[in-house]
Amino acid sequence: MRYIFAWISAVLMTGSAFAQELVGQPTPGALGFQPAATRIMERVNDFHNYLLVIITVITVFVLALLIWVCVRYNRRANPEARKFSHNTTVEIIWTAVPVIILVAIAGPSFSNLFYQENEPDLEMIAQSGDLDDPNIFVDAAKEGWITIKAEGMGNWAWTYYYMDELDVDGYPVQYVSNGIHFGLPTDPAPTPEKPLYLATDYPMVIPVNRYIRYQTTSDRVIHSWTVPAFGVKTDAVPGRLNEGWFLVEETGVFYGQCSELCGKNHAFMPIEVRVVPQDQYDSWLAVMKTGDIDAATELVQVIDSTGEGTRLASVE
Amino acid sequence: MPMDQVAAHDHDDHDHKPGFFVRWFFSTNHKDIGTLYLVFALIAGIVGYSLSGLIRLELAEPGIGPLTGIVEMLYGTSGPQAIEQTKSFYNTVITYHGLIMIFFMVMPALIGGFGNWFVPLMIGAPDMAFPRMNNISFWLTVAAFVLACISMIVPGGNGVNGFGGGWVLYPPLSGMAGHPGPSMDLLILSLHTAGIASILGAINFIVTILNMRAPGMTLHKMPLFAWSLLVTAILLLLALPVLAGALTMLLTDRNFGSQFFDPSGGGDPIMFQHLFWFFGHPEVYIMILPAFGLISHIVSTFSKKPIFGYLGMAYAMVAIGAIGFIVWAHHMYTVGMPSDMKAYFVAATMVIAVPTGIKIFSWIATMWGGSIDFSVPMVWAIGFIFLFTVGGVTGVVLANAGIDHSLHDTYYVVAHFHYVLSLGAVFGLFAGWYYWFEKMFGIKYNKFVGYAHFWIMFIASNLIFFPQHFLGLNGMPRRYVDYPEAFSLWNNVSSWGYALSMVATLLFFYGLVEAMVRRRKGEANPWGEGATTLEWTLPSPPPFHQFNELPVVKNEGGH
Repeated sequence: MRYIFAWISAVLMTGSAFAQELVGQPTPGALGFQPAATRIMERVNDFHNYLLVIITVITVFVLALLIWVCVRYNRRANPEARKFSHNTTVEIIWTAVPVIILVAIAGPSFSNLFYQENEPDLEMIAQSGDLDDPNIFVDAAKEGWITIKAEGMGNWAWTYYYMDELDVDGYPVQYVSNGIHFGLPTDPAPTPEKPLYLATDYPMVIPVNRYIRYQTTSDRVIHSWTVPAFGVKTDAVPGRLNEGWFLVEETGVFYGQCSELCGKNHAFMPIEVRVVPQDQYDSWLAVMKTGDIDAATELVQVIDSTGEGTRLASVE
Repeated sequence: MPMDQVAAHDHDDHDHKPGFFVRWFFSTNHKDIGTLYLVFALIAGIVGYSLSGLIRLELAEPGIGPLTGIVEMLYGTSGPQAIEQTKSFYNTVITYHGLIMIFFMVMPALIGGFGNWFVPLMIGAPDMAFPRMNNISFWLTVAAFVLACISMIVPGGNGVNGFGGGWVLYPPLSGMAGHPGPSMDLLILSLHTAGIASILGAINFIVTILNMRAPGMTLHKMPLFAWSLLVTAILLLLALPVLAGALTMLLTDRNFGSQFFDPSGGGDPIMFQHLFWFFGHPEVYIMILPAFGLISHIVSTFSKKPIFGYLGMAYAMVAIGAIGFIVWAHHMYTVGMPSDMKAYFVAATMVIAVPTGIKIFSWIATMWGGSIDFSVPMVWAIGFIFLFTVGGVTGVVLANAGIDHSLHDTYYVVAHFHYVLSLGAVFGLFAGWYYWFEKMFGIKYNKFVGYAHFWIMFIASNLIFFPQHFLGLNGMPRRYVDYPEAFSLWNNVSSWGYALSMVATLLFFYGLVEAMVRRRKGEANPWGEGATTLEWTLPSPPPFHQFNELPVVKNEGGH
């Protein structure tokens, strides 16, 4: 009950439920998606807003019809029931109109789906040089892919492999990312920097404005790797290597939580992604290659956001 | 109504009921078996509903709390060990909540209960085609439920008793790697048994409906509830063997060294998901179609109008059933399917909205121009139509793979399927209960209690499930024993909604007990001219054996 009062008073005082909408993590009392950090999620958000209008209109229309028949055709208002049971015209209308609505949904739905699913051809994008298309990123395309594999672990952790970055021993840079809160009394106290059930010990680190190809797999049971602000979610299935892509347009810390039931600590298997400027990423990677993961993680505790104009911010 | 007296008199000398034990344990009478199914579903429903209470209790506030107390009591552990066990215990609670509600509450009540009671009455048949098989179906269902209950109290292999891998039973979590204990094997046996029971029941319904309709009742004159049961039974017959196959492969994977779902032996865990959802998606229509059927009768009865677009209504159900078999992978958009395959499943899934829309609008058109009597079953039916619409439109949202990548396995999905099942199928269930209560038991319920039950339940279930859309959109995954602080508000509202639903549930049982104590004598047809199907031509309760002389359906009569 106290949460309800807190929310009501927050709405009354600030005039909005989202006065302080958090980025990269859920916001208390929020009603919708987390703010988008990728073009993928932007498009999901736009498409969902479009759908929300359609489904709200449909629901209100059905409700209005129901209220109308209840008011107009109740026993008192209409003592004598009419006996018709067919009307070809309305039957055709209520078959055809939903078909038209569905076609209107299918268009953006497919374009959205294929945008997410089809890995962009970076060479073609780099050559096109089209800076006005919000769906492609020419400068990033020139830099090529960064491929990171996320392996769901039997002990409820994620192992990240930077497939193209070899460490001093000649193996891909790899490390295990554990949640730090497990619902136990021994958990460290949550802080704004280490939010409850979302923070990890060693986060995934990626540069801003770069094409990231992520792969998922698992060593034992099925997990699902997701970051809501990126609009991506891909199951990590043993024996399979799934793939997806995204490009994050702003620096920051973004959280996700394992999204396929994987046993006891399913709720305690967070995903933390630190999106940092390219040079900060480079120095993090350089230290990672020496094997000193603690020193490397130190380097990304504070994200250097100076001088990194993000397109999302500039558009809005 | 002189006709009822004639009928009652006619049957007097045939009405030799066997003794208590023979009547209820060796029963071959469709009405008695229907009653048994309803009683069974009530008992299983109490178990399933209590389990959902544990879920809402745990999620009411952030932090792992109330369930730990139960774990400490059950296992005698304490401290961090009890908390670790609570996490697994929570997973078993959500698993058995789902399984029991689906297999032992909604299906037995709608198909076994109302189906057995009213399909023969509506089509003018003396009984089901295979009365003994009917009896076997029921007792196998009971055996399956007992097995499921035993499975709950034997070691699951995850630190607590019971299987905690979700009702979808995905391997490898349901394999030896995830749950080495005997609990999962018992659960497989339970679902096999329940599956056999349902297949036998389905055969019984199909044969009865195709062969035992009263003279003159062609398929196109058959009441829509019988149509809904016919489609449901065909879906059961086609879908359940696939589940049985998947379960058998899981069983041999676990116990006999096969590796159907184990990649280390060339198997594939995703194969199980395809098989499971090939059953699982028709299964959700199996649960909702009988509700569609009975809502049609209720709307028509209390609008005092024949059902609008009867043939469209019947074939919309056929279409929903048929398309239901070709959309299964929309449950699996995140498993790593090719994009063209996802695009196909998006398109196929959205097509279902068309026949569903036909049904919604035809119900409203039935009310249009009618003389609506807001009796208790009618308010439940109107509630059903609205809530099912809400659940339907969120289904259209989820059908889009692009958006489902964000919403898959979040509380948005939980909200969606509870709107169509908990608020859809269950509202249909209560509508049927209040519609046929007097017919089945020959006594009247207290109308005021029925209305109060509806309004409190309507508010409560919306309070429980509507906020879960917000949780899902904001990213809260399903099957989480605890959550970040940000999700606390809407979880809290949801749990208060559950508390309110307990009031409604108590009212329901109060209404049942009150009716049984007062024994107000029921009428043959309490609903008047709008009730045109054959069951209302019989006294309430109907005689032990009815239609010894088959009723003849005339051309202009009814549908």
